[in-house]
Amino acid sequence: MSRPPEQRSETRFSDFKHAYNEAQALAEANRCLYCEDAPCIQACPTSIDIPEFIRKIATGNLKGSARTIFSSNILGMSCARVCPVETLCVGDCVFNAMEAPPIQIGKLQRYSTDIAFDKEWRFFEAGPDSGQSVGLIGGGPASLAAAHELRRLGHACTIYEKRSVLGGLNSTGVAPYKMKADRAADEVEWVLAIGGIDVQLGVEIGKDVSWADLESEHDALFFGAGLGPDRFLKVDGEDLSGVFGAVDWIEAMKLQDLDLASVRSAVVVGGGNTAVDAVRELLGLGVPKVTMVYRGDEAKMSGYQHEWREAKVEGALSIWRGVPTAFTGSGKLESITVAALNADKKPTGEASALPADLALLAIGQGKLGDMLGSLDGVTVEWGRVVTAEDGATGRPGLYAGGDAANGGKEVVNAAAEGMRAARGIDAYLGGDRG
Amino acid sequence: MADLTTNCGGIISPNPFWLASAPPANSGKQVMRAFDAGWGGAVWKTLGQPIQNVSSRFGATNYGGTAAIGFNNIELITDRPLDVNFAEIAEVKRLYPKHAVIVSLMVETRQEWQDIIKRSIDTGADGLELNFGCPHGMCERGMGSAVGQEPRVNEEITSWAKEYSSIPVLVKLTPNVGDILPHGHAAQRGGADGVSLINTIKSIISVDIDRFVPNPRVGSMSTNGGYCGAAVKPIALHMCGQLARDPGFNIPISGIGGVTNWRDAVEFMLLGASSVQVCTEVMLKGYRIVEDMIEGLNEYLDEKGFASASEIVGKAIPGYSEWGNLDLNYETVAKIDSESCIGCYKCVVACHDGAHQCIHPNPDDARVPIVDEDECVGCNLCQIVCPVPDCISLVEVANGFAPASWNEHLNEGAVLRPKKGSH
Ligand SMILES: Cc1cc2nc3c(=O)[nH]c(=O)nc-3n(C[C@H](O)[C@H](O)[C@H](O)COP(=O)(O)OP(=O)(O)OC[C@H]3O[C@@H](n4cnc5c(N)ncnc54)[C@H](O)[C@@H]3O)c2cc1C
Ligand SMILES: Cc1cc2nc3c(=O)[nH]c(=O)nc-3n(C[C@H](O)[C@H](O)[C@H](O)COP(=O)(O)O)c2cc1C
Ligand code: SF4
Ligand code: SF4
Ligand code: SF4
Repeated sequence: MSRPPEQRSETRFSDFKHAYNEAQALAEANRCLYCEDAPCIQACPTSIDIPEFIRKIATGNLKGSARTIFSSNILGMSCARVCPVETLCVGDCVFNAMEAPPIQIGKLQRYSTDIAFDKEWRFFEAGPDSGQSVGLIGGGPASLAAAHELRRLGHACTIYEKRSVLGGLNSTGVAPYKMKADRAADEVEWVLAIGGIDVQLGVEIGKDVSWADLESEHDALFFGAGLGPDRFLKVDGEDLSGVFGAVDWIEAMKLQDLDLASVRSAVVVGGGNTAVDAVRELLGLGVPKVTMVYRGDEAKMSGYQHEWREAKVEGALSIWRGVPTAFTGSGKLESITVAALNADKKPTGEASALPADLALLAIGQGKLGDMLGSLDGVTVEWGRVVTAEDGATGRPGLYAGGDAANGGKEVVNAAAEGMRAARGIDAYLGGDRG
Repeated sequence: MADLTTNCGGIISPNPFWLASAPPANSGKQVMRAFDAGWGGAVWKTLGQPIQNVSSRFGATNYGGTAAIGFNNIELITDRPLDVNFAEIAEVKRLYPKHAVIVSLMVETRQEWQDIIKRSIDTGADGLELNFGCPHGMCERGMGSAVGQEPRVNEEITSWAKEYSSIPVLVKLTPNVGDILPHGHAAQRGGADGVSLINTIKSIISVDIDRFVPNPRVGSMSTNGGYCGAAVKPIALHMCGQLARDPGFNIPISGIGGVTNWRDAVEFMLLGASSVQVCTEVMLKGYRIVEDMIEGLNEYLDEKGFASASEIVGKAIPGYSEWGNLDLNYETVAKIDSESCIGCYKCVVACHDGAHQCIHPNPDDARVPIVDEDECVGCNLCQIVCPVPDCISLVEVANGFAPASWNEHLNEGAVLRPKKGSH
């Protein structure tokens, strides 16, 4: 499996949340109340039995602890690092109601799963061969989780991935202070170790392989292609060198060694999590001045407040109620015209010039669902493939999950939906599980 | 995966984990939920003439912010009608034929023993457990620990039970005795197929310092109760090992007392228990704790290369001996790992005030204490207080002296190394 190159800008980051050592893990594990019908479990999209895995850390049954995690979420290692736990499990820990520090579930999960990886523990085997094959479009978290579960159920799997790396945004998108691409590659290898997952890298479905061919090749399909390319504002000067889509730029930062020495002032347009990540990444890589330009108010931004607070501590600047109307410069970006907006996001008529030599557009990504729009039975809403609870689209044998179906959530949602779709596919293929 | 099948005195269960006779095994619905969760057996809440209980019934010892490291109760035997209990036991056995159901009994007269044993056997139960252990309430009525403390009575009632019973009989012993051996032997002489130990330890859990009444408070009064939970494990382990290593004691042991997880269970088994019973931890955390117990035991057995759980029963018995046989020339000293030391000086104060004044503050800024190895007696105190795992280790010193115990010194003149730290 292809691994990321040694020289990457992202390697300059260290983990913002430190790994627990044994003493820390034991102290935290022993603090957990082992709640019944625990709210933390309900807050986890993959419903990991959190009190149980934590108790197993406390009793020294580390293998069992990791088994508990992975049986609910095969991507438990990356989720431990990248999940926004403050808004998921940790956010719902009962200790919050006591105004006491909540249990650091993510850190404990990382402790357990890192040890499992280090010791090369394997918990799952492929099921008896069903003689049926499933094609998975995209090699991100959704497809990986689906493929692993499908292998446990005995179905042959082929993953088609247009990029040269697997892992999807876990490899190309998540902030390096949460997880770097090499760790994502470790996870991919760990998942593939179940065997029987054929990986076709550099193959883009719809371009290199047609839908018709794909459907005749496989007994069922899983669509886990994520979101489309970065959106642009469609204003003058966006083609200048120095203007990039944020997700594109982040991918380059994670997989290549960028030269940012000449960048004095960077602007990130948007107020979501990708924007906040990009701001923190630029600051971390030493860009002296980084400004976020958002069309709404600080309180209304969709990026997590706890992350934005950190960004401000790291030196992030901001312009609220502003939108770029032109990018200017001779050959390369020099300045951005920012129009002021009122509370209803309507232009006030005022505008200012913001000097910038790098601009990242983090105003959302296109949706890939449209490529399925022409298929009979498939419903696409706002670019999102509509599915039933078990991931079924209206087209027999075609299932979907992850960002392509939920419109863009988190890795853990992709993992949950991938796993659920695998069970749906198994039922469709006549398996006895439901 | 190792084979966890357990045979304790002829009572077979799919794994060694049984619910002890107590509230978690009070009714059929509970026991069935416990079996669904994974428990291999259950000793039913003691049956006898149904009693009336008090409110409140339980108390707990908290320490350093940890709740209920010890637990105490003044509850008596079953308060439910016998017919109901027997019907439920029969139902459980019908639905869970492979699980072990053991009926715990406590009555007074020979006739009562005969009747209740017959009714117990009629349910299809796998065994009986004679409750000679309850140290509160029932003993005031001449039962429970009042029987368990009198080897002669113990033996006599056990022999009645054996006479009337066609299924295995375990005798549940009380720890409220000076030496467990005569009591284990009495049960064995009476014909018991095995013993269970320990029942609870006579105790007063705490005192309400505002109302001037011990706890648990029943209105304006209280009484002594039975102590159990994590804190009693050392006492139970000792009694278990004491019987298991006695050459004249040859019947199986069901270990009870302070088992909270798979590790505790393994410890009991290594000291001779064939099965392990749990009460308090289930009361505190629920039946679900058995998942980790089964998995943890399995992983342990696999890791150590044992094919079955029965192989570890008694494995630590050869290592349990008299003080007089310990090697006095075995010498260790404390070593501190300067990398992981956090400089709390807990070891310094413990050694200075509670041991042999041989760990000293570091004269430099480093705050890594210095062990005076010439003075260190290798007592372990510093290691016990150190908050960092594996930071302090006790390292063996090659002092050149051949092993020599006190007995060998007395009887054969074996040479002892010079004493340390005794000036
Ligand atoms: C910048 C950024 C940071 C993020 N940070 C976090 C975070 O910290 N925590 C978190 O939980 N979530 C985070 N997310 C969201 C998370 O990464 C996604 O929700 C998750 O990766 C979705 O998984 P997926 O498998 O559905 O899609 P993706 O991860 O997008 O994977 C889809 C894969 O399909 C491939 N593909 C697309 N089209 C085709 C085609 N036609 N043929 C073949 N292959 C194709 C793509 O190359 C890609 O590899 C972040 C997202 C972004 C953009
Ligand atoms: C509330 C309570 C009720 C108990 N009732 C009985 C009983 O009816 N019969 C009996 O043999 N032991 C009884 N016991 C003792 C337990 O079975 C067990 O021997 C003891 O609690 C030690 O185990 P533990 O540390 O796991 O709790 C009771 C214990 C408690 C806490
Ligand atoms: S809610 Fe908090 S305390 Fe309760 S089980 Fe979950 S992590 Fe533990
Ligand atoms: S635990 Fe249940 S029975 Fe006991 S006091 Fe509380 S509510 Fe009542
Ligand atoms: S108790 Fe442990 S951590 Fe504290 S000073 Fe001593 S050696 Fe260091």
